[in-house]
Amino acid sequence: MQDTIVMTSTDFAIQAEKVSVSYGSTLAVKDVFLDIPKNNIVALIGPSGCGKSTVLRCFNRMNDLIPGARVEGRITFNGQDIHSKQVDPVQLRRQVGMVFQRPNPFPKSIYENIAFGARINGYQGNMDELVERSLRGAAIWDEVKDKLKESGLSLSGGQQQRLCIARAIAIEPEVILMDEPCSALDPISTLRVEELMQELKQKYTIIIVTHNMQQASRTSDYTAFFNARATEQGGKMGYLVEYNRTEIIFQQPSQQDTQEYVSGRFG
Amino acid sequence: MAVQDNQPAALDPAAPMFKPNVSGRYKLDRIFAALAWGATAIAIAVLVWLILTILIDGLGSLDWQFITSFPSRKAERAGILPALVGTLWIMGVVAFVSFPLGVGAGLFLEEFAEDNWFTQLVEINISNLAGVPSIIYGLLGLAAFVRLFESVTNGRTILSGGLTLVLLILPVIIVATREAFRAVPDSLRWAGYALGATKWEVIWNHVLPSALPGIMTGMILALSRAIGETAPLIAIGAAAFIPFLPEGLQSQFTVLPIQIYNWVGRPQAEFHDIAASGIIVLMAVLLTMNGVAVYIRNRFQKTR
Ligand SMILES: Nc1ncnc2c1ncn2[C@@H]1O[C@H](COP(=O)(O)OP(=O)(O)OP(=O)(O)O)[C@@H](O)[C@H]1O
Ligand SMILES: [Mg+2]
Repeated sequence: MQDTIVMTSTDFAIQAEKVSVSYGSTLAVKDVFLDIPKNNIVALIGPSGCGKSTVLRCFNRMNDLIPGARVEGRITFNGQDIHSKQVDPVQLRRQVGMVFQRPNPFPKSIYENIAFGARINGYQGNMDELVERSLRGAAIWDEVKDKLKESGLSLSGGQQQRLCIARAIAIEPEVILMDEPCSALDPISTLRVEELMQELKQKYTIIIVTHNMQQASRTSDYTAFFNARATEQGGKMGYLVEYNRTEIIFQQPSQQDTQEYVSGRFG
Repeated sequence: MAVQDNQPAALDPAAPMFKPNVSGRYKLDRIFAALAWGATAIAIAVLVWLILTILIDGLGSLDWQFITSFPSRKAERAGILPALVGTLWIMGVVAFVSFPLGVGAGLFLEEFAEDNWFTQLVEINISNLAGVPSIIYGLLGLAAFVRLFESVTNGRTILSGGLTLVLLILPVIIVATREAFRAVPDSLRWAGYALGATKWEVIWNHVLPSALPGIMTGMILALSRAIGETAPLIAIGAAAFIPFLPEGLQSQFTVLPIQIYNWVGRPQAEFHDIAASGIIVLMAVLLTMNGVAVYIRNRFQKTR
């Protein structure tokens, strides 16, 4: 896909229009416009606290679960407003999966970690096959195939994170939200996850938050740079600085701030 | 980086800003270890002393005949059977009613109820209820279960007694359940929701199993309290002398603590010995019950 081609809304998995999120009375992010093209990897980058996780949580309505969080603006998934009455957050979350910043496997067996999502979503096929396929997909099968009955918590941090990725792809979502999935991983596991993302891209749309500039430039097709500025109340408010194809963000961004951030000369 | 000349003194690596005082900190360590050891030792010593005196007094008259006989005016023929069976019945009622009620209430308050002034008021009240003297619950049970719901409970029966004790221990179970739910990390809930689980699926499959060990600890404390209660059951009019075995929820009953209390109050020394035997039986029942609870708790902890 070239950015010269005019895209229609059917090419987008998710579109955010003027989205603002506040926690209680403090505005955390303001006026975010973001169109996520299908079967692409979109990276969200920016300094800590600028609201990347907050924006990510909007897309599967995870902010609904945070007391006091309020989302304004319009977000569509496959063209449909996710805040409309027709959209059920439970079904939305099945289609928009999430991998969290900190690995959070269930305190159950590795097998059960994968099977749970499939079972509640009424998976009809062979469970053993699904478990194997998902674990292979997350590049962790060889490490756990002999101990599927053991607790997910008995794995190392990096293995746990890949288990969480396996769990997310087991229910075959359309979009996968990844919040710094590699922050707890060694370089080799990180590379595996990145390779995995390239494979997953064929079937899924991926939005990934990362602090690793190389990772963003290596893996993503589009990059959104967020920043935060001080507000009059003394807090910080996040906003979207620039969103474009990854090469452009990293080589010829239109904003000075972006240039400084991606080249490591920030703040 | 030309500011090195006027750096504050605190950053001067040569200045000794840290005095680790390791030996002093280790000494503090040892003092606290000794204090903790002492506290434990005192508690254990008292317990051992209690158990020993009971065993010395009671083992002599504790035999199969004692366990399988009815009470009698003669100490050597008196047995504990109706009280033992009564206690088992009562504890059965208490466990089966208080577990779902207490856990359900705790679950509702912690996971479903909104956090507003009303729930906070309820919370404070429940905590206070845990400290109300048990005789008050006895009077409540007398008014409610024995009198008001007589058509259901049939008066001073196992059902009335059990339900009265349920009221007594509910606050303990509710508070323990809430604490156990609160201790489950949100990341676990989020993991469930992110897979498209409903609230109930998240609670049933993930939160409840994680909270169960804590809930079971609360159950153990609560049941241990209920099994030794005498006053509320006397208040609702449990009989002191029962020459038959209870046959159902609507039977009259007595329980071990009442029987023991009754024997202790007699002037003859032989009755004091069989009271000690009764205490041994009571402790055995208590230990068995807690053993089951600990077993359930460990089963759930193992899978974590
Ligand atoms: N659950 C919450 N309750 C209240 N405020 C929150 C909550 N989560 C985030 N915030 C606030 O929203 C702002 C953005 O937080 P967010 O976690 O989205 O940042 P981030 O860009 O993901 O940072 P990081 O890179 O450190 O993960 C922060 O100021 C934070 O304090
Ligand atoms: Mg974050």
